[in-house]
Amino acid sequence: MRLEPRQHVPPLLGIGAPLGAALLALLICAIPLALAGADVTRAYRLILTGSLGSRFAVTETLTRAAPLILTGLAAAIAFRARLWNIGAEGQLYIGALVAVALGSGAVPLPAFLLLPLVLLAGALAGGLWMLGPTWLKVRLGVDEVVTTLLLNFVVLLFVGMMLEGPLQDPMSLGWPQSAPLVAEARLPELIERTRLHFGLVIALAAAGLTWLVIQRTRFGFELRATGANPEAAGYVGMNQSRVMLKVGLFSGAMAGLAGVAEVAGLRGYLTQDLSPGYGYAGIVVATLAQLGPLAVIASALFVAAVFVGADSMSRAIGVSSYIADLIVATALLTMLLAGLFTRYRISR
Amino acid sequence: MSERGTAPPLLRLRGISKRFGDLVANDAIDLDLHAGEILALLGENGAGKTTLMSILFGHYVADAGSIEVAGEDGRLRPLPPGSSRAALDAGIGMVHQHFTLAANHSVLDNVVLGTERLWAWRQDRAAARRKLSGLIEATGLEVPLDMPCGSLSIGEQQRVELLKALYRDARVLILDEPTAVLTPQQAERLFTTLRRLAADGLGIIFISHKLDEVLALCRHIAVLRHGRKVLEVAAAGIDKARLAHAMVDRPVELPKAEPRPAGEPVLELASVGVIAGHGSEGLTDLSLTVHAGEILGIAGVSGNGQRSLAGLVAGTLDPAAGSLRLLGRPWPEGGPKALVRAGVGRIPEDRHRLGVVGDMTVWENLVLEGYDAPICRRFGLFLKLRHFRRKARALVERFDIRCGDLEGPARLLSGGNMQKLILARVLERNPRLILASQPTRGLDIGAVAAVHQHLLDARQRGAGILLITDDLDELLQLSDRVRVLYRGRLGPPRRRAEIELARLGLEMAGQDPDRQQSAHAA
Repeated sequence: MRLEPRQHVPPLLGIGAPLGAALLALLICAIPLALAGADVTRAYRLILTGSLGSRFAVTETLTRAAPLILTGLAAAIAFRARLWNIGAEGQLYIGALVAVALGSGAVPLPAFLLLPLVLLAGALAGGLWMLGPTWLKVRLGVDEVVTTLLLNFVVLLFVGMMLEGPLQDPMSLGWPQSAPLVAEARLPELIERTRLHFGLVIALAAAGLTWLVIQRTRFGFELRATGANPEAAGYVGMNQSRVMLKVGLFSGAMAGLAGVAEVAGLRGYLTQDLSPGYGYAGIVVATLAQLGPLAVIASALFVAAVFVGADSMSRAIGVSSYIADLIVATALLTMLLAGLFTRYRISR
Repeated sequence: MSERGTAPPLLRLRGISKRFGDLVANDAIDLDLHAGEILALLGENGAGKTTLMSILFGHYVADAGSIEVAGEDGRLRPLPPGSSRAALDAGIGMVHQHFTLAANHSVLDNVVLGTERLWAWRQDRAAARRKLSGLIEATGLEVPLDMPCGSLSIGEQQRVELLKALYRDARVLILDEPTAVLTPQQAERLFTTLRRLAADGLGIIFISHKLDEVLALCRHIAVLRHGRKVLEVAAAGIDKARLAHAMVDRPVELPKAEPRPAGEPVLELASVGVIAGHGSEGLTDLSLTVHAGEILGIAGVSGNGQRSLAGLVAGTLDPAAGSLRLLGRPWPEGGPKALVRAGVGRIPEDRHRLGVVGDMTVWENLVLEGYDAPICRRFGLFLKLRHFRRKARALVERFDIRCGDLEGPARLLSGGNMQKLILARVLERNPRLILASQPTRGLDIGAVAAVHQHLLDARQRGAGILLITDDLDELLQLSDRVRVLYRGRLGPPRRRAEIELARLGLEMAGQDPDRQQSAHAA
């Protein structure tokens, strides 16, 4: 048996393969669910109703999808150019940190000025934070996987220091937590009496913008060429260092934006547990989407639904909510397999 | 030597067929190889020679057909398909066109590699060394056993590949285009070795598309065309024209260069030096001039500085010494983009690596050098995609690029069409200077003719062309003047009419033909 590349991908296979992969992942995860003593069909029904079965469930899933779209974009953009940004988690916290620094009363401005300022400053901060490792990579050849990953821990510790120091809320009774954002810096909610906020709109707009940039602009053309064949891109004279630096800035900005949106839309203040690993989950989201900016929306929704649904299922029947991680990880593997079979055919 | 027809063959292929999608690579091929025989497998690129040998060696599994190899007792046994290990065990040795040597290991290590047990406590190198020394003595394949393979010359590396096969007691030896990397003199030495090996009872399959060497070396010739065996004859008494006609079913008109007076210099290199290292080959005190309306051919065995010379003119390498001038003016600053704008067209030696971005579409590759001109942008930011597609469609038509779909990825193009795509991108700008590095490497004869015609047309329009190629036939067919590049230095320019092939070969091997008339080349 060997694999031969397909000349043309049948459209039915293009749509069917990812769906089949998702089903296969659920089928595989039925084994550990059964081992945990749960009624498998009931568990899956609970996951489905918990993520999509009611108005509340849907808004929860959408709320969870917003940061995943943004960190998914951060990974997708960088990976398209072969810049391995594993540091979206850190860039997210940097964005959130800048949001509370500017938005909790330090800058007295009306909402229509303060909100854009906070959003832009947070995005810019995330981008600049990613610029460091990118610069080290293009100038000195330092492996960005190592630098971006380790910087995550630097950021987390720095956030901890700030939350117990200059940014600590004086009313928090010693709890490591920032002062709340003023009302002018908060993102409005989308649907009343739910947690769904304007961050989702920002995330969707960011996905559209990213698609436009990658497909239609000169920078996007250079990004795709550099990512697909760096040597040919260099041969026709594209400045790869400059492309990389721009990619780093863009990618970090998306992750920074995710941090701002979580603080300004959902929490209202910053703590050290703002993100349950959105930065890392973004890598999974981007991979599931095969690095397509618009496909990131769909894959973020899938991952968010699994997480929200599994949370609710675990509350109802007492299976650990880690099953969500298991489902997402299995889905990643089956999707990669499906991607292989859409690009290649098996022949004897 | 056994006579054909009486003794059973060493190797017998029957009805070998292999399809890749719609392409029939091998169509019911029968082939016999006898002990003591050198069999030529002749055919154009893409005729199915390499596929057939890959099936024999277990890289591919045939869709139909059988392979039988004679064992020690001379009886034919079927060869299990799809296993290189089985092929090696049956005594089949293969010397690939691209060597498969570990550059940082010694000759001895490379030869022994894969023959030892992986988990053995100790390795008996003394015995291996004795066996190898004996082989060298018997065959005359001289190589230093303890030198790392990376520091050997191309000819020596090829000898290591041969030794590797012989060390494993190969009785069938397959050589895939072994002379492509050799000078004429080195090739002659290889032929002497092969004749001796055949006399000792080996069966040798010699894959080539060069008629002269096949007629000089082989006793028996099989010709493949479009996956079919179209001719199998004894070499004695056959003439070249018949072989050529069997290889190519259609008459190919080879383009001819019309004489034309050369014009102003378009490219001048004055005492240019490049320091060897960091993957680039050194150049020493190199001066040359290319005039408008002239093709200057650079001859030489690859690895003698061709890549650095091409890099200089393509703008991807800066000289350590000396200066370059373009159209009588100082060399444009700012790398490849500035050069392209100033009128340099660049055809890279490696299409897949440097010429196209395989995962981008055909039309995107056609605008790869012109995508950022201000007129191609809206608000300075967005690319005018419709403009690009229209332009690409026109180029596909004009240069006869068979691509089916403008939106398909460029990696699916055949070699010839990929090269036409690059030519279209380059020639569309009417460059004044064209760098053509190995412009027809790996192309079939039809595509070669198209590429040559485009280059000659550009010359006729007054472009100066620097042609760097290993292919001597191409060089002599196209060039107005020829210079030999050896170890980073250029020999004197010669007009085409003054060139003798034997002298050129000696110069390519670094010999001075005037002083060492009778010298033996290494």
